[in-house]
Amino acid sequence: MHYHWDLAMVLADTDRWLHGIGITLLYSVATVAGGIVIGVFCGLALLSPKRWVTLPLEAYVEIFRCTPLLIQIVWFYYALPIVLNFSLPAWLAAGMGLTLYMGAFCTEIFRAGVMSIGRGQWQAGRAVGMTYAQLMRRIVLPQAVRRMIPPLLNQSITQLKNTALLYVVAVPDLMYTSSIITAETYRPLEVYTSAAAIYFIMLYPLTLFAKRLETRVDR
Amino acid sequence: MTGDEDRQRPMIEVTDLVKNYGSLAALRGVSLGVAKGEVVVLIGPSGCGKSTLLRCVHLLEEPTSGTIRVGAQQISFGGSGPALAGRKLAAYRSRIGMVFQHFELFPHMTALENVMEGPVTVKRMDRRAAAAVGRGLLAKVGLAGKEESYPAQLSGGQAQRVAIARALAMSPEVMLFDEVTSALDPELVGEVLAVMRQLAEDGTTMIVVTHEIAFARDIADHVLIMDAGAIAEHGRADDVLLCPANPRTRAFLSRFHNTGTLRSSG
Repeated sequence: MHYHWDLAMVLADTDRWLHGIGITLLYSVATVAGGIVIGVFCGLALLSPKRWVTLPLEAYVEIFRCTPLLIQIVWFYYALPIVLNFSLPAWLAAGMGLTLYMGAFCTEIFRAGVMSIGRGQWQAGRAVGMTYAQLMRRIVLPQAVRRMIPPLLNQSITQLKNTALLYVVAVPDLMYTSSIITAETYRPLEVYTSAAAIYFIMLYPLTLFAKRLETRVDR
Repeated sequence: MTGDEDRQRPMIEVTDLVKNYGSLAALRGVSLGVAKGEVVVLIGPSGCGKSTLLRCVHLLEEPTSGTIRVGAQQISFGGSGPALAGRKLAAYRSRIGMVFQHFELFPHMTALENVMEGPVTVKRMDRRAAAAVGRGLLAKVGLAGKEESYPAQLSGGQAQRVAIARALAMSPEVMLFDEVTSALDPELVGEVLAVMRQLAEDGTTMIVVTHEIAFARDIADHVLIMDAGAIAEHGRADDVLLCPANPRTRAFLSRFHNTGTLRSSG
């Protein structure tokens, strides 16, 4: 097979590519940040002994962990408006899906991180007379956060790739932009290869960083 | 209260303490008194409730019923809800030092920071003053020069001595030791016992749970032998350890006699 590669043609519209990359990064950063905020609050609340506090949170985490993100995004965009009787703009529906999905995983990471600090450390803190807040701030969280960073980083890497699902509700991220350029140029090979390369270039340094962190945590 | 009464009245008084875990009775009405400066050693087979008793005195576990008095503060258990909570519970615990079997040093802090943590966070002591206190206590337990070491860099014996210094830093009214040498390699036991012996000679009020019978005989003013959640025997160390009256106590102690532990201590 002889195929004449023409990268120059598909990459010509630099502005559009950069815009797509910008949207992808914006969604990644915003939904990761939102997810972490959800994770901190829900994760802390999950430590409560009260069932009426933990039960709804567990339901939230499991529903979002055990259904496809694609369905969540589509559901917020197409299904929720029927319930609410008004429609959400695509950028918001997709953002909510991505944020709540990230939030569910962060909740679990946060809860697991705190739970990984052994009973003995809690008792040692109580033994010198610390209150719950002091114990959390001085003893449990400094140790737990260190353990949470590698899984949070891994989840963030996954999250950046997941933003490609914005495509289905036509938010012009890197993936959607690629599909538009493909339609215009009939060059799927160059376009999608380029898009994949751009995702790779954004994420590969992050995975290296995550690996380095993991070895440091192990020490 | 007159000074005379003050001296006679035990500093710590535990009365009819009961602790149930579901249907399991871990403590079945234990009473004991510890005078200021006195060293009381609790011994007994594993599962007899001696650790539970310490943990109840520290309120790391909420007793099911009974009363505990430390100094002027009397606490009764068995009402609805915990007897103490929040800041009051934390304040109570800050008056009592506890050393655990597995050290439980804070791994993200240096030895000195471990010792400073209580005074700085709980007592709001100035950091420089706390550092001075910490250095003094580390020197006292023989660890001058290890201030900047992290727990992972210390041997078990060193870590346990840091843990003792950490508890002492709160200037507790009583020190509780929960099998503090049980997790140590045999050659490291001596250095920890030496520190405890020094504390006892300095007049520290101590309740010690241990399996080191010879050590118990050395430092104890009183020995309590526990069995199945109750006190089987109590009295002066020599009386209880050398001529136990209770047959079960005799059987328990005979294991140590057989190994010659008691005699070799001389």
